[in-house]
Amino acid sequence: MTAAHGGSCNQSCCLQVQNLSVKIGNDLILRDMNLHVHCGQLVALIGPNGAGKSTFIKAVLGQLEYEGTISFSTPSHPKQKPKIGYVPQSPAFDPGDPVSVIDLFVCCMHRRPAFLGATAAMRKHILTCLDRVHGADLIDKRIGTLSGGELQRVLLALALEPMPNILILDEPLSGVDVEGMTTLMDMLDEIRKKYDLSILMTTHDFAMLPRYADQVVLIDHQVVCRGSAEEVLNSDDFRQVFHMKGGASK
Amino acid sequence: MSLWYAICDVIPLEMLQWDFMRNAFLAIVIMSPLFGLMSTMIVTGRMSFFSDALGHSAFTGIAIGCICGAAAPTWIAVAFSVAFALLFSYVRSRSNHTADTLIGVFSSTAVALGIFIATLGGGSFTKYNTYLIGDILSVTPSEIGTLALVLLAVVIFWVFYSNQLTLTAIHPQLASSRGIPIHLSQCIFTTAIAVVVTLSISSVGLLILNSLLVLPAAAARNIARNLKQYHLFSVLSALVAGLAGLIISYYLGSSAGAAISLTLALIFAVSFFFRKVRA
Repeated sequence: MTAAHGGSCNQSCCLQVQNLSVKIGNDLILRDMNLHVHCGQLVALIGPNGAGKSTFIKAVLGQLEYEGTISFSTPSHPKQKPKIGYVPQSPAFDPGDPVSVIDLFVCCMHRRPAFLGATAAMRKHILTCLDRVHGADLIDKRIGTLSGGELQRVLLALALEPMPNILILDEPLSGVDVEGMTTLMDMLDEIRKKYDLSILMTTHDFAMLPRYADQVVLIDHQVVCRGSAEEVLNSDDFRQVFHMKGGASK
Repeated sequence: MSLWYAICDVIPLEMLQWDFMRNAFLAIVIMSPLFGLMSTMIVTGRMSFFSDALGHSAFTGIAIGCICGAAAPTWIAVAFSVAFALLFSYVRSRSNHTADTLIGVFSSTAVALGIFIATLGGGSFTKYNTYLIGDILSVTPSEIGTLALVLLAVVIFWVFYSNQLTLTAIHPQLASSRGIPIHLSQCIFTTAIAVVVTLSISSVGLLILNSLLVLPAAAARNIARNLKQYHLFSVLSALVAGLAGLIISYYLGSSAGAAISLTLALIFAVSFFFRKVRA
């Protein structure tokens, strides 16, 4: 198992988190966390419910106050803050909402009011975005009618425009069937290689980790252990964190 | 107004020979798109009962205006409703209660306060009946002018902020991650609802007003497949029901507000049976 990244490392890092602590009210949710995401890596953040995974992501996105340092860099522009793409936790859209996929893109990416409809140029651009996730056929579907896998692909397409340096996904596999999970993970792998971006994701689905994750980090309010998927999933720490808490199992 | 009266002269409707009907007709032409537009976001944002509570707060504001002897209680009511809406938004963002519970708290408090003030010292409640049932036929040209300005302001607001509001309504977390100030968006929208509700209360009436803010979009939602259709159907439903309701009320001698609401209910029922046509 690799040593905990707390200080400098000799690989180019997209995201460096040092001594991160997050307190909400009187509760210390995260304590003294250190994490490096190397360029082009897929890092999976795992842990039981309430371990602080989503809190960690919110801190990285700057949506929460925290102590410690979170720094970003890109290999070509070390001083420049990289673009972050974010796919939020499994959103529950109302099946009755009259909002189509193209409406969602227009709301997120354009100033033109979505209720006026998209122009031909906007539609072409959105089709290009959806094509990256093999979802061009979804453009006119209502978001409430999409399956879990389709919805995650649409949100992924949104997060990839403009193309980020770091892609952060919060529980992208929840609510997705097994076939959809493989499709989504294959797609993430393809996108990561094609666009050379780093991916940080939280998940409860450990079966996918050995095949896709470069680094797995187990947290329970602090970093418990990290390493390759095999190392972490076979560790005593993993068994202790999940079995003692009666949480998910491998 | 003279241009509008000239237009009315060529419309072959007997009821338009009366100035008060011409005013009411124009008020409906302005108010219906206003309600249709706001209705889309109220329904998408699940704020149907919130707009109802705002109607109650507007009534309380009018009672306060009357008791203070204000010449124009409507503007005191607008100020009270805006304060009510902002206070509700503040409490909602800092409370663990669900929205419907808080709406119940605010709504019942507003009604109780309104009735308490209106009947203070043995005062009669009768003079407030206008605000409960409304009277579109008594709308004045200056009130129509105010409504036209509000419609213009809402349309401009919609052009610039409807994307943000929609995203905030359907997925606040996604909206926040895209840099949208969701609390500010919600505050601006609730303020807009407060102003529209309060300015319309004397014409439409408290008891019917909320149906006009909910039914157009509820009907449109049954059949719309995207935001363009949703807005179009909602505004058209409100306009058709507004004009049809006014005509029906003229010939049957009933309340215009009630006739408009019932027409909207009929449109909703028809759209409900056609809801499966959408994808």
